Amino acid sequence: MISLEVNGKKYDFDADPDTPLLWVLRETLGLTGTKYGCGMALCGACTVHVEGEAVRSCVTPVSSVNGKKITTIEGIGTSRIGQAVQKAWIVKDVPQCGYCQSGQIMEAVALLKKNSRPNDADIDRAMSGIICRCGTYQRIRRAIHQAANSMAGGGKK
Amino acid sequence: MSEILNVSRRSFLKTGALMGGGLMLGFSLPLRKPFGAASAQSTSSFAPNAFIRIGTDDAVTIIVNKSEMGQGVYTSLPMLIAEELEVNWSKIRVEAAPVDPAYNHTEWGTQGTGGSTSVWSEWERLRKAGATARTMLVKAAAEFWKVDPASCRAEKGFVIHDPTQRKISYGRLVEKASQMEPPKDVWLKEPKHFRIIGKPRRRLDTPEKTDGKAMFGIDTKVPGMLIVVVVRPPVFGGKVKRFNADKARAVPGVKEVVQIDSGLAVIADGFWSAHKGRDALEIDWDEGPLAALSTSGIREQYMNLAKTPGAVARKEGNPESVLSKRAKQLSAGYEVPYLAHACMEPLNCLVDLRPDSCEIWTGTQLQTLDRNNAASVVGLKPEQVKIHTTFLGGGFGRRANPHSDFVIEAARVAKAVMKPVKVIWTREDDMKGGYYRPMWYDRIAAGLDEKGNLIAWRHTIVGQSILSGTPFDPKKDVDPASVEGAKEIPYEIPNILVDLHSPKIGVPVQWWRSVGHSHTAFVVESFIDEVAHEAGKDPYEFRRKLLARHPRHSGVLKLAAEKAGWGRPLPKGRGRGIAVHESFGSFVAQVAEASVSAEGEVRVHRVVCAVDCGRIVNPDTIKAQMESGIVFGLSAALYGKITLQNGRVEQSNFHDYPLLRLNEMPVVEVHIVSSKEKSGGVGEPGVPPIAPAVANAIFAATGKRIRHLPIRSEELKKA
Repeated sequence: MISLEVNGKKYDFDADPDTPLLWVLRETLGLTGTKYGCGMALCGACTVHVEGEAVRSCVTPVSSVNGKKITTIEGIGTSRIGQAVQKAWIVKDVPQCGYCQSGQIMEAVALLKKNSRPNDADIDRAMSGIICRCGTYQRIRRAIHQAANSMAGGGKK
Repeated sequence: MSEILNVSRRSFLKTGALMGGGLMLGFSLPLRKPFGAASAQSTSSFAPNAFIRIGTDDAVTIIVNKSEMGQGVYTSLPMLIAEELEVNWSKIRVEAAPVDPAYNHTEWGTQGTGGSTSVWSEWERLRKAGATARTMLVKAAAEFWKVDPASCRAEKGFVIHDPTQRKISYGRLVEKASQMEPPKDVWLKEPKHFRIIGKPRRRLDTPEKTDGKAMFGIDTKVPGMLIVVVVRPPVFGGKVKRFNADKARAVPGVKEVVQIDSGLAVIADGFWSAHKGRDALEIDWDEGPLAALSTSGIREQYMNLAKTPGAVARKEGNPESVLSKRAKQLSAGYEVPYLAHACMEPLNCLVDLRPDSCEIWTGTQLQTLDRNNAASVVGLKPEQVKIHTTFLGGGFGRRANPHSDFVIEAARVAKAVMKPVKVIWTREDDMKGGYYRPMWYDRIAAGLDEKGNLIAWRHTIVGQSILSGTPFDPKKDVDPASVEGAKEIPYEIPNILVDLHSPKIGVPVQWWRSVGHSHTAFVVESFIDEVAHEAGKDPYEFRRKLLARHPRHSGVLKLAAEKAGWGRPLPKGRGRGIAVHESFGSFVAQVAEASVSAEGEVRVHRVVCAVDCGRIVNPDTIKAQMESGIVFGLSAALYGKITLQNGRVEQSNFHDYPLLRLNEMPVVEVHIVSSKEKSGGVGEPGVPPIAPAVANAIFAATGKRIRHLPIRSEELKKA
């Protein structure tokens, strides 16, 4: 029996212990906002938070997170940072196809939790693990600055 | 004067009738969430044509017949309607169109999205659709008030009668308007009165792409659905000789293993079980005739072919004789590899097949073709098959497969088990699954007179035809998609020959964002740079002179050069390169700034892009698409290659098929030329110029000429 707390809700279920967290979220819990892109932690589309840390769920066996608190894209909007990031993504019109954006947003929130005013080099370091085939990188960078500014109480839009 | 246009009443009435049946039924399915809306209302509605539905609650639903794959059609096409409908933008919801002739591409005769055609092909039809609805709503209000319709006007979802200061919302006019005949003629606005078209507008699909709600094909689900992973032959054209599925069937969760045309399908209660089951299969393959194929062998074959005359695509003057006489001439060989589309969402398709119906959920670019092909595989009539188009997690041409490969495979599995099945391709399946941008080898030569004028040009292209053997096969010696961008080069050259060899290789090939232009722009714009250098001229000035009679090329070239500060000094080690190319009705010039490290690694610092795509709809989308095309082209220029050895594709995932990452992103500036010309495309035209612009920048920085993609850092390493 596996127990998870996902987006504040408790789930108990049986699962093959080596099943990646990604497929448990998507298929067992029906939270399809977290995406499959590579299965090898190469693209970051599957990024979620485990106890607040950004983790690649496609290579995380569900048994290794038994009893842990998990946040996915569906739940990130309840935090102040999550909300600010989602809003910045809308203001800067970041997404194109949108498939990688759950991972981008989860990674951006994790960055801003640790560093409330990241510079471009910080953003490069934190965000280079998430591939965007549509090439929205320039807008992602702007949106992270925008989110940081908005939380710092205004600043430029 | 405004244009007056005759609306085809017959077709509007016909599609209006369809709205009540096909559409409502199709979109009231529990699992298909209406785009952006909380839920579909069952209230009565006004549906004057196939593209618009207005509810008594004032909700305006726009039915979009193009697939949203990131290019912004779920915003730009509603903008065309909203401009004429005079609607409150915040009330607009978008739904994907079902398959129906009403939604056919205006030029293709079937439903589909591609070729950067969406905006220009719908430019008139959707504005007419909006104007028709508005005209009817105004008339309904006028009848209600018993006033002259000419004394009423429409604004933000209301009809207003100024003389009596009355207003009524569209929602309250639904019942009355629904009983009216659509008008025969409608007036369209003059462009100077546009309030929506041409102004930046935020995308309608962003909110649901930031909270996990957006539904892609891979996210779809029906009750009782099983998940399928297919093992396909290791060599294109191979077949299963024999197999033992005992161990696979013993994996918990695996339900069945069935043989299908394309391989073996492992059917399970979830992806992980299916995947484990597949790993446990024992298969003996008949590898077929391509078991010894390698890209090094193909390269040798292409280089030999390039020395012989091919099918003539264009001939003017006598380049052969000029080239044999002139003292000053240069020639070169250029080569580019097979490329995978590598959409972030791997291919997938959900099929729910019943004895007399079939429903398909997938992100596709070719709805009619997929529906017809699926129908023939499952033995139903096309009208018994429904396609629900989801968001596409990238398309780039891969989801426009002329053989419907990922759709008919899922249909075959569904037919074998008669249960709802969703086939999910792993990243490795997607990467190794073929339908690549073709590999090309080009031999090119130019002749200069004593004054350095370009007087002869000979360009021989070798590579597989994309259109051959597909429903789009022109059945001609020259596949236009192979020579586009090379045949119609804009440079004024008196003697010119472009010819083509289209060998049959067997590797499945397909259109890849910008198709032929993805390779011809690299060859032409790199070689013209070589010619300029040989003539001792500035590459920008050299192009300008040859483009004197091509104002739109010249316009973007000049704008990009000016904005990039062409000719101004750069930091040490950096070079600037320029390229200009026309594709899909649009003109794009780019100036790239690049440097090369001692280890030979290329860094692109800045790209200035100028685009003339005629009349514009959403300038922010145009900018986004240029940024996107540049990143797409940079990934190919710096890293992209699919190679084969012993018939096997050597790449499998993002470690050996890298894509550009955020830390490598150059600063991109996009400048749009103001134009009244017919709209061109924007999804693809940003791609072609970037590889040559970067290659030319590297030459400017290092003196080393790039004639091979991807750029090989070992050749740029400082000795």
